[in-house]
Amino acid sequence: MSVTYVDAIRDAQEKLLRDDPRVFLYGQDISKFGGAFKATKGLAEAFPGRVLDSPISEDAMIGMAVGAAIEGMRPIVEMQFADFSSIAFNQIVNQAATHFYRTGVPVPLTVRLPSGGTPGSGPFHSQSMEALYAHYPGLIVVTPATVSDAYHMLLDAVALDDPVIYCEHKFLYRWLKSPRINGDGLPIGKARITRPGKHATVVAYSAMVHEAVRAADRLKEEGGWEIEVVDLRSVKPLDIDTVLASVARTGRLLALGEAFPWGGVTAEVVARVCSDGFHLLDAPPRRLNSRDTPVPYHPKLWAAHRPTPESICLALRELLNF
Amino acid sequence: MGLDRDYVRDVFRAMLRARILENKLSSLYKAGKIVGGVYLGKGQEAVSASLGASLVKGKDIFAALIRDQAGRTAFGEPLIDCTRTYLGSVLGPMKGRDGNIHRGRPLDGMPAMISHLGAEVSVVAGMLVGRRLKGELQGVVGATCVGDGATSTGSFHEGLNMAAVENLPMVVIVGNNQFAYSTPTDRQFACEDLLDRAKGYGVGGHAVDGTDMLACAKVIGRAVTLAREGGGPQMVVARLLRLSGHGEHDDGSYVPPVLKSGQLGRDCLETGIVQMIESGLATGDEIERWKTEFAEEVQAAVAQAQQEPAPDPWHEDWRACSTDTGRGL
Repeated sequence: MSVTYVDAIRDAQEKLLRDDPRVFLYGQDISKFGGAFKATKGLAEAFPGRVLDSPISEDAMIGMAVGAAIEGMRPIVEMQFADFSSIAFNQIVNQAATHFYRTGVPVPLTVRLPSGGTPGSGPFHSQSMEALYAHYPGLIVVTPATVSDAYHMLLDAVALDDPVIYCEHKFLYRWLKSPRINGDGLPIGKARITRPGKHATVVAYSAMVHEAVRAADRLKEEGGWEIEVVDLRSVKPLDIDTVLASVARTGRLLALGEAFPWGGVTAEVVARVCSDGFHLLDAPPRRLNSRDTPVPYHPKLWAAHRPTPESICLALRELLNF
Repeated sequence: MGLDRDYVRDVFRAMLRARILENKLSSLYKAGKIVGGVYLGKGQEAVSASLGASLVKGKDIFAALIRDQAGRTAFGEPLIDCTRTYLGSVLGPMKGRDGNIHRGRPLDGMPAMISHLGAEVSVVAGMLVGRRLKGELQGVVGATCVGDGATSTGSFHEGLNMAAVENLPMVVIVGNNQFAYSTPTDRQFACEDLLDRAKGYGVGGHAVDGTDMLACAKVIGRAVTLAREGGGPQMVVARLLRLSGHGEHDDGSYVPPVLKSGQLGRDCLETGIVQMIESGLATGDEIERWKTEFAEEVQAAVAQAQQEPAPDPWHEDWRACSTDTGRGL
C-alpha cells in the first residue's frame, strides 16, 4: 500500500480538521464532490459544516479567508487551479499579504494552488504562480516536491500565523508515490539536498526536482558526473545558505524551474549566488526555465515547453564543460 | 415616528462630531500639516452615522470605508485613532505604516480597508463565517459601506453574492453620491436604480434619501435589525451628493451646480439640526453646547497627535510576516 502525493494532501487536511477546530476548508466543488482532484475526498462527510463549497468567486474566497482568519480561524482555500488565483490576486497580495504589517494582526490562511503543467491541460490549467506571490512581502510560498513534504509542509503551512501559498504540483498528484509518509523534521524555509554530488549543483523545486534527478542519473551513467540536486522546498523564505554551501562544494550552478523565464525563482537564485557567492563559482551560473510562451495544449508541444531531462542534461553539459 | 430617542441623538451627535473633526482635517491638510490624502464624508454623515449607531461595538463588525468618519465615531472608534493616523503618530493603530482612512482595529470588529473597492465585502462575510464556525454568530451583524463606483467591481459582486449564498447577517450600504471620483453614474452603470440589484443578489433592498437624517436613522436601523434577526443580507441604497471633492486635493468642479442646489445637494447635517429641534430631540442650546464640546475634543486630539513621535525608520522592524523568517526572505 503506497501513498500518492494527492493522498498526502488529503490526509494532511484530514489530520488538520481532526486536530484543530479552527481549521476549515473552502473551495469550489470540494464538499461532497471531493474536489476536482479529489484532494478533499470524504472530508465533508467526516467533518460536517467544515468543508464548504464556494461560489466561483476566487476574489471573495480569499477575502472570506482573510475575514475568518481575523476571527482566529485557520482557513484552507483550494483554488481549483493555480491559474484561477489570478482572479484572487488582489485579495492575496493587497489584503492578505499587507494585513500583518499594516494592522499588527496576522491572518493565518493557506491557499492551495494546484500548479504546473500536465499533458493536454493548456494555457489556463498549467500555470506556475509561485514567483508572482513570492514577489510580495507578507506571504510565505512553499513548493513541496515529495509525498512526505506535501503532507508535512501542509501541516506546517497551517500552523504558521502568516498567509501561505501552498503550490502543489498536479503532475505529481498520482504519479508520485511513497511507501509511507516520513518526516525528516525540516521546517519551512530549509532546503534539502535531494541527491549529493560534487561537480555541479542543480537548484530546483516542485516537480522539477524529479526531472533534475533523472538528468543527474543520466550524467552519472554517461560520464560519471556527480550532480548535486538541491530541493528548495520553499521559495519564500529562500534557503540561500544551503544553496551557497552546495555551490561552494561544486563551483557550478544551474537554477531550474518550470515557470516562465522572465524573472522568477531561478533568476532570484542566480542573483543571490552571484551577489553572495561570486567567488565560489568556477563557471557562469545558468538558468533553465520553460519557454517564453503560454503553456501549450498539445502533449508534444507541452513536453518541449517545460525543461526535460534532455534539456537539463544539455544545460549541465555546457556548464560542466565551461 | 417610532425611533428610539437615544439612538437618533447618537446618530446626530456622531454626525456633528465627524463634521467638526473633518473640517479640522481639511484645514490641517490645506496648511500642509497632513501628508497624503484627506478624504471626507461631508454630506454622507447621516447614512454613515445611522449605520454606526445601529451597530454594537464589541459584538458587531463594521468595515468602514472612505466616507465613514461619522459611522466610525458612532460605532465607537476613538477620535485619537483618526488624528494619530492622519498626522502620522507612531502611537496610532497603523503606526505610520498606513494612513488616513485605511486605519482599523480588526480585533475590535473594525477591519482596515484596502484601496481596492468592494474588497471589504467578502472580508466582512468571512468574519461572519468565522463567528458562525465558532458558534458566536447569534445576534451579530457585519456591515460595510461602498459607493456607487464600487458596485461596478467584481469584488463587490462576488462578495455580496457569497454573503447571500451563506445567508449571513450582513448589511451593505451603497452611498450613491452620484460620482465615483469624477465619473458620473451614467458612465458607471446602466440599470435604472442600483436598488434593483438587490433582487438579483437575493438580498433585502432598501432605498433611502441620504440627505434626510431621520429617514436614514429609520431605514438603516431597520436593515440592521432585519439582518440581526435572521433576515439575511440587506442592501441599502442611499441617494445623496458628495459635498466635497473626492479628496481635499479635488475641488469637485465637475459636479453641476444644478445638482448642488437640488434635493440631492441638501446638507444632511443642516436638515438634521432642523429635524432634531422640530422633533424635540434636542434644543438649539444643546446643539450649540455639543458643537463647543466636540470642537474642544477635536482640538485636544489633534494637539496630542501632533506632539507624539513620528515613526522612526531606524526603529521600524521592517517585517511583513509575523513569522520570523530570518534573512532567507
